Amino acid sequence: MRLVLRDITKRFGSVVANDRISLTVEPGEIHCLLGENGAGKSTLMNVLYGLYHADEGEIEIDGEVRRFVGPGDAMAAGIGMVHQHFMLIPVFTVAENVMLGNESTTGPLGRLDLESARERVTEISERFGFHVNPDALVEDLPVGVQQRVEIIKALSRDAELLVFDEPTAVLTPQETDELMGIMRQLKESGKAIVFITHKLREVREVADRITVIRLGKVVGEAEPTATNAELASMMVGRPVELVVDKGEGSFGDDALVVDNLRVIDQTGHVHVDGLSFTIRAGEVLAVAGVQGNGQTELTEALMGLQDHVTGSIKLNGKELVGRSTRKVLDADVGFIPEDRQVDGLVGEFTIAENLMLNRSFEMPFVRHGGLRIGTLREFAEDKLAEYDVRARDIDTLAGNLSGGNQQKVVVARELSRDLDLLVAAQPTRGVDVGSIEFIHKQIVATRDAGVPVLLVSTELDEVVALADRIMVLYRGRIVGIVPADTPREKLGLMMTGERPKDVVA
Amino acid sequence: MNDTTTTEQEPTPPPAEEVEQPSEAHSLLYRIAAGDALAGVLAVFLAFLVGSVMIAATDETVRETAGYIAARPSDFFQAVWDAVSGAYAAMFRGAIYNTRVDDFQTAIRPLTETLKYAAPLILAGLGVGVGFRAALFNIGGRGQMLLAGAAAGWVGFALDLPAVIHLPLAILAGLIAGGLWGGIAGLLKARTGAHEVIVTIMLNYVAYYLVLYALSRDFLLQAPGSNNPQSLPMKQSAILPKVLGDRYNLHLGIILALVAVAAVWWLLNRSALGYRIRAVGGNPHAARAAGINVGRTYTTVFFIAGALVGLAGVNQVLGTVTSGVTTDLDAGIGFDAITVALLGRSRPLGILFAGLLFGGFKAGGFTMQTSENISVDLVLVVQSLIVLFLAAPPLVRAIFRLPNKEVA
Ligand SMILES: Nc1ncnc2c1ncn2[C@@H]1O[C@H](COP(=O)(O)OP(=O)(O)OP(=O)(O)O)[C@@H](O)[C@H]1O
Ligand SMILES: [Mg+2]
Repeated sequence: MRLVLRDITKRFGSVVANDRISLTVEPGEIHCLLGENGAGKSTLMNVLYGLYHADEGEIEIDGEVRRFVGPGDAMAAGIGMVHQHFMLIPVFTVAENVMLGNESTTGPLGRLDLESARERVTEISERFGFHVNPDALVEDLPVGVQQRVEIIKALSRDAELLVFDEPTAVLTPQETDELMGIMRQLKESGKAIVFITHKLREVREVADRITVIRLGKVVGEAEPTATNAELASMMVGRPVELVVDKGEGSFGDDALVVDNLRVIDQTGHVHVDGLSFTIRAGEVLAVAGVQGNGQTELTEALMGLQDHVTGSIKLNGKELVGRSTRKVLDADVGFIPEDRQVDGLVGEFTIAENLMLNRSFEMPFVRHGGLRIGTLREFAEDKLAEYDVRARDIDTLAGNLSGGNQQKVVVARELSRDLDLLVAAQPTRGVDVGSIEFIHKQIVATRDAGVPVLLVSTELDEVVALADRIMVLYRGRIVGIVPADTPREKLGLMMTGERPKDVVA
Repeated sequence: MNDTTTTEQEPTPPPAEEVEQPSEAHSLLYRIAAGDALAGVLAVFLAFLVGSVMIAATDETVRETAGYIAARPSDFFQAVWDAVSGAYAAMFRGAIYNTRVDDFQTAIRPLTETLKYAAPLILAGLGVGVGFRAALFNIGGRGQMLLAGAAAGWVGFALDLPAVIHLPLAILAGLIAGGLWGGIAGLLKARTGAHEVIVTIMLNYVAYYLVLYALSRDFLLQAPGSNNPQSLPMKQSAILPKVLGDRYNLHLGIILALVAVAAVWWLLNRSALGYRIRAVGGNPHAARAAGINVGRTYTTVFFIAGALVGLAGVNQVLGTVTSGVTTDLDAGIGFDAITVALLGRSRPLGILFAGLLFGGFKAGGFTMQTSENISVDLVLVVQSLIVLFLAAPPLVRAIFRLPNKEVA
């Protein structure tokens, strides 16, 4: 399929999210869209998929102008979308999910034709080497496989063009590599692919063509052979430091001392199994590991968000275990949660309101039980400028911000207090390179101010860039704590639970 | 080293959250309640339109003229116009200004009646609306009104005090009783996760039978020597005074309602507590991670909601029907309040207008029946249609060709 988007304009009130964007996607090519947070990439794709209606411009498929009223029309025209938040029903099997919305029936009673759906899954799965069992329940599948189910779903409707909007944000490095392989195969079978990502490495690995969007406009095409630095500066419009300068740390005493920490859930499952480690003042301890090995529970236990916690967490000598979240925050702990949409923001709140979420009890934003709106607004204006949040104003609803800008709001809130500890989980998920640079600088500045930092990240680049020491978790246990200059291969090995001989736990 | 106690191969999903995920129906309600003002106005307009069709369809003359519509279409349209305009004119006369009397003071009387009916709707509507802002559905209005009315009523007839103490004390008793009764639902939700819809429905029954029992025991509420389930009338010192003189029935309840509107507006928009209420309503997970105690907020919200709805009960017992506490003192207001809160989009000012509108329906409905012989049920139908149109924004949007709300 040859897709031509011509002069697409989409406005939200006074915000022009897409400003006469033109784009051509040829069959058999992987076309990358690069752009800052809020540049308008997702908006453009939502227009293509019939979720939004363009104010101006047209969509042409194989030489024919089409109008999509809803995603149904787009699907019928051969466009498939792999959503970042999967649209799958967890208690259904793979085949049932693939069939959903496109059910075929047999016999006079309209019996569901599950058999042909299963065959279809098997056939597609074999053709592209997906290794997906049609009878598996979706809820039992790892994230990467669930994503393949989404792809199969699109392919089973004969999609000729597939849109991937930040598909790798939720994947492990291995799953990402597998997805790259899948995209290449799809391309070889003649499908057209639009791929949106903020990870330049991925772009250079698979892209045939790259279109860069800035502030809603196409600013040009880039060659796949361009360096990371070239791509980054084209995107942001200025040179970007891809790895921030981090001086030698000056470490103080042990500030955070975690001893024999265990986290158990209601079903008795052990998520964190006897962790003991310390972080010194002014030190970044990065937690590496495949997601689901206890990192989430560790951060939640620190924040008083887990119920069944034993062991001890001492911050500057004060015990945190058993404290409510509010008491933990009162001990000047900053928390960037791993999923901003769930734990970080109230979508119906404005940016300003979100900036005081963890300070709704006392000064500076509350006095005698009343809100100090003037103070809040001033603060919000400052942070909006300081963190370069791309929004019309501080009264914009957080839910209407682009993903990366939402993340900046959370980071701004957490880093704008005097901290004694920073817990940062995936602090740059979905954030563009320019903002990654900024957030990394902030984290380094926090460290240099003598604050201990616990960083959880599935991005090895980020771990290596920021860590003073690296702790690798596997199944809720520490495989080892190693220096920041440990070779990546060794870290990768440790993430599978292997402990190299020279590493002591 | 692989002596871990974890046994499963796959990374395990995170443990069940202690914060309950708002259900589908719940968030739908939340969205309806938070919809935009335009949708509300359009829903009212549409409901009136459909109401007109029903008035015309049930009118004798219209049906007669329809028989020879081909021959004399003008007769038919004239009849439709007469029926519909007659009905709405009657409603206007009953609810706002009686154009058929010359004396201004009598002519304006319907407006005071509208205000009288609106007061408890506004108070109870605020109670339901505050709940909506925390994504809580308070269907316990009836029970909260009954208990508040009973408590205020008991203070009102049983104690002998000077008016300056008696009336405030009676109001306070009702407010606290309503608040505590509402608080039970909040506490159960916070502590056990019990769904507030089920709890409040059940508490309505419990409240009803409690009050009924008290009304059958003369050491509690029943008037001595009587066999009826009714208490003694209120003492003069506990009755809400008339605000426009004895010529009108309008009593202090409307002032109470206006004060409550202002107070709830401040609570929701200017207070830290209101901020937390809205945070919990918007995203309980994020609120919890930001140190807000979600369960305690639920309990507080239900206390406030119960207290506000309780004031509606107080308004009835000490103001509108002062002849004594009965089990019908709620007069359906506890449920109408849900409609009022929805139409008012859970905003205090919206609830004020919605309450006035529904108060006008009540006052005007009677006149429509007596002067045009149109059943009061029609008013109920129009009210229900408003809710229906509110609940179906896509339909309303399609009818008026409004752009679709786009989701991020
Ligand atoms: N529903 C909406 N209402 C109002 N403004 C919106 C809405 N959706 C997006 N926007 C605005 O449109 C602009 C483009 O947003 P979009 O989500 O397309 O960015 P993006 O390029 O996908 O960014 P990111 O890389 O952060 O995902 C942003 O300024 C955003 O605030
Ligand atoms: Mg996006």
